[in-house]
Amino acid sequence: MNQYAEAFAAFNQDAESGWLKSQRIAAFARFEHLGFPINGVENWKYTNTKALAKRDFLLPKTVDLDAAREVLKARDVALDDHRLVFVNGVYAPELSNLSGLPAALVVEPLSEALDKELELTCGMMGRLAGIDCDVFTALNFAFAGEGAMIRIGNHQVIEKPISLIHLSVAGDQASMSHPRILVAAGANSQVRLVEHFLGSEEAVHFTNRVAEVVLERNAQLTHYLLQEPGDQSWLVNRTHVEQKRDSRYYCHHINLGGKLVRDDLVCDLNGTGAESEFSGLLFGRNKQHLDIHSLVNHNEPRTYSRETYKAILNDKARGVFNGKVIVKKDSQQIDAQQSNANLLLSDQAEIDTKPELEIYADDVKCSHGATTGQLDETALFYLKSRGLSDELARGLLTLAFANEVVDKIDIEPIYQLVETTVAGHLPHQVNLDDL
Amino acid sequence: MIEIKDLHARVEGTEILKGLNLSIQPGEVHAIMGPNGAGKSTLSAVLTGREGYEVTSGSVTFEGEDLLEMDVEERARAGLLLGFQYPVEIPGVKNVYLLKAALNAKRKEQGLDEIEAPAFMKLIREKLKFMKMDNSFMHRAVNEGFSGGEKKRNEILQMLILEPKLALLDEIDSGLDIDAMKTVADGVNSLRTAERSILMITHYQRLLDYIVPDVIHVLVDGRIVKTGDKSLAFELEKKGYDWLLEGAA
Repeated sequence: MNQYAEAFAAFNQDAESGWLKSQRIAAFARFEHLGFPINGVENWKYTNTKALAKRDFLLPKTVDLDAAREVLKARDVALDDHRLVFVNGVYAPELSNLSGLPAALVVEPLSEALDKELELTCGMMGRLAGIDCDVFTALNFAFAGEGAMIRIGNHQVIEKPISLIHLSVAGDQASMSHPRILVAAGANSQVRLVEHFLGSEEAVHFTNRVAEVVLERNAQLTHYLLQEPGDQSWLVNRTHVEQKRDSRYYCHHINLGGKLVRDDLVCDLNGTGAESEFSGLLFGRNKQHLDIHSLVNHNEPRTYSRETYKAILNDKARGVFNGKVIVKKDSQQIDAQQSNANLLLSDQAEIDTKPELEIYADDVKCSHGATTGQLDETALFYLKSRGLSDELARGLLTLAFANEVVDKIDIEPIYQLVETTVAGHLPHQVNLDDL
Repeated sequence: MIEIKDLHARVEGTEILKGLNLSIQPGEVHAIMGPNGAGKSTLSAVLTGREGYEVTSGSVTFEGEDLLEMDVEERARAGLLLGFQYPVEIPGVKNVYLLKAALNAKRKEQGLDEIEAPAFMKLIREKLKFMKMDNSFMHRAVNEGFSGGEKKRNEILQMLILEPKLALLDEIDSGLDIDAMKTVADGVNSLRTAERSILMITHYQRLLDYIVPDVIHVLVDGRIVKTGDKSLAFELEKKGYDWLLEGAA
């Protein structure tokens, strides 16, 4: 913990006095008080943060933009977008593109938002995910300074997706970043937000991101969370969405690995007609550890949620899916569905799945189901009896399992990246492109 | 084409095939008939290499090679293709992927390049039309939600595209109405050439009205107890299997 105290002192000492500085101090005190969840905290039962707690992460002093370009060359989905790129958490204007922003759209790095619109920005920070939320959120707040501010005006349909690229590369020492993403989508607006977490194989980085998203009446946000931080990197992600009446939040949540990835997703359905949908994939290999905790609060009548999560785990990978749905008293006519299907490709892979329903109303439709299995042997035999190699047959069946989730991705380059990654071990004799 | 000699096989410790002999020459169509439990399904499982079937003695030579030494996929590439009694539903894998992968696996074995996409699509459309199947079949998942008739037609479609040397048809007529059976029979008959052999396993004599075999074998209790020409089928229809069962015991 000591290195955090030193890093924090250095980080906050030059800050101007005011709300933000004092909040950071309070947040750091909260972080020190709680400590990392090492000893049997229920919410962290299946995810061990000991290795994370032991490492000395520092804020990066300099960042290697050439290395960042290399990573982008290999894995960027290269959309026609409005984009902010962060290298080891630090805004990189050289790699970003904010030209041609529509008038009613604000996309800016948080550092600029704090300079230009301090009061507005502070008003949005910590409202949904404050320092009392949990230890990582407190730590994020203590180091608040980087991230993004996105505001969409009322009635705006934003044509190009907005991309936030969280990129990590190797530095002199293990580094950390604490981005905070603030999104306010105005009434009746519609927007697509892509967040791509990626890194080089050599990067040793800890990303501790918090996003606070507010959808006003009838707003629609489609969120593409594409997570592949690199085999030596940690990613702790909290996404908290507040939804007003008739708003829609659609999340394509694709997790392609990392040393340890933990997601906390919270949706507050605070207005009648509000709807949230999660469609997610965990694809783990080696000793990767991928953990999803979701929480949907049906706080008003006639609110809807659907969650479909699939996990494919190979080698010694471990997955956790904990999906919680709470239906408040008097929240009638709720429809909440949750399903979790898991495919274990090796004997040593493991999944812990736990759906939780807390229902305090009586006129509700809630369902959940979880299945775990291996590849279907009869299907495997059928494919091989047509001359397909064992490897190819397994690849096709694995891809088929993922497709229910992957097929829903409606931005073609993202779909392609996910499909080729999952099908990574397909021999090239099946060229999927020309079919 | 294929030579089966004194084949003994076990399933979960129980001997099912008890010294089966069978020889099929290129261009011949053979049918194997027999009562339930005679070992018909075990024979097709052993020939295609399904797990859980243990060959205890005997040999199977396919085109001069030891078939029993080959993996499942090697047998298919060498030209032995099974039409399943119960085709497997594979959600998420499109027919077109399976067909292209299978065809290219075979072409690779033969030292040929992958088939070009336009030629492949042309071939598929032609065969689909022949099997009275809609083009949309290609982009549906393998057998998923197919009716019984559609599944069997899909099996024959694969045969027409993959052109095996020996087509092994396991109860290809079960679960079909008469129209579907005619379509399937037309497909099978179109496979008949001077080089290609066909082995049909069936419970019902009616199939043989539509696909007339050169040779009929009766399988009882793990052994072929009688071999004859197509007239044997009529005899079986009239008299049933009992007279042969007594003979076997």
